[in-house]
Amino acid sequence: MRLNWWKLLTIALLFYAVIGGFLLPVPELSQLGETIRNLYFHVCMWFAMMILFTISIIHSIKYLNNKSAVHDIKAKEYAAVGSYLGILGYLTGAIWASYTWADPNNPAYASLGSIMREPKLIGAALALLVYGAYFILRSSITDMDQRARVSAVYNVFAYAMLFPTIWIIPRLLPSLHPGQEGNPALNFNDIDARMRMVFYPAVIGWTLLGAWIAGLNVRLEIIKEKKISNV
Amino acid sequence: MQSLLPFIKTLNTKRQIFALLRKDLLLERRQQHTLYGILLYIASTIFVIYLTLEDPDATTWNAVFWITQLFICINAVAKSFLQEAKGRMLYYYTITSPVAFILSKLLYNAILMIAMSIINLLVYTAMLGNPTASYFSFAAVGILGGCGLGLIFTMLAAIASKALQQASLMAILGFPLILPQLMMLVRLSKSAFGEIFKNGIPLQMILLLLAFDVLIIILSVILFPFLWKD
Repeated sequence: MRLNWWKLLTIALLFYAVIGGFLLPVPELSQLGETIRNLYFHVCMWFAMMILFTISIIHSIKYLNNKSAVHDIKAKEYAAVGSYLGILGYLTGAIWASYTWADPNNPAYASLGSIMREPKLIGAALALLVYGAYFILRSSITDMDQRARVSAVYNVFAYAMLFPTIWIIPRLLPSLHPGQEGNPALNFNDIDARMRMVFYPAVIGWTLLGAWIAGLNVRLEIIKEKKISNV
Repeated sequence: MQSLLPFIKTLNTKRQIFALLRKDLLLERRQQHTLYGILLYIASTIFVIYLTLEDPDATTWNAVFWITQLFICINAVAKSFLQEAKGRMLYYYTITSPVAFILSKLLYNAILMIAMSIINLLVYTAMLGNPTASYFSFAAVGILGGCGLGLIFTMLAAIASKALQQASLMAILGFPLILPQLMMLVRLSKSAFGEIFKNGIPLQMILLLLAFDVLIIILSVILFPFLWKD
């Protein structure tokens, strides 16, 4: 088995992110404690999700330009892996919140319903709903060319509408989530230097892993398509 | 002569837009059952709300108003593409450009939704009372919001018209995209209930909503030509 250089890099970076993430020193904050290490997993999931969605929309635009079926398959598979990472982001976030936000004395954070009102969670939920709708739309069109075209149009439209959303909603609502004044972790000063040493490699590693999975799915899809068209 | 060509082209597009718009309005006048259908939809929806919500407080009143607005919008706009038969679309394809077509639809739905917002607001206040401090600013926000909802659902109706189960699909496609606008509108309309905002915030939100509308129009003009050909 031969691996591309970037696949080897993925393996190396993820080993570093997991081992370094659990063992390297982190700043001691009273409220977060050791849960701060979840940054290397939770935040990376969202970063990787957004990057994969961006790759998906780039393929949609390419499809609209040259109508080659490969771009349609790629757009779909990158969106699928992106959604999967989004769900993982939710799960890691839920675990994190249960250690840091959950407070029996504070009724505002006693139930799921109140936590879902967090603006960052709304943004994330919208992103997942949009891509859920994208897959429903795909499955409700039977003609292959039309499916590819219409879903590419929706992908571009939804993505262009989603970005202002993610920027606006946090400014409309109060929040406990870090990064109140905009988008967390994009600001260099937000993160301690020691954490940056692991955080950025981890983002790259998880994103590459997502691209790897998507790439395998794309190849599988293409083989399936060929099989169907041969029979 | 060469330099005049783009000018003639835009002039033509403008004429086409208005011709298509006139056709839609004429159809509305001749096939009155669809218009009365929406009006009855508004009346019966609000009547149901009236019976289930006795004496709502201002927050509930506001929230329910926007939800009725949303559902009216879906029903009013859905027909703009769904009523066009396949043969007729082919006919448009031969006589007009996609940009003129989508612009006329956007314009028509914006006008339709402005009218429906006003009717909705009147019936709503007649049935459920009027807790607003400044009725006119609430009406202005309502019309602005209705217009924006009409624009976004026009494009979604165009997308959904290519698929099966069009009406329900439109809602699925639209809700996540409409939410930020709806949240902003609910926030903004609170200014009509006497809530004090920081200086300049309402204006900022209005500009943001208008920017959204412009974004939708630009995206529709860019993307609709791809949906157009079958």
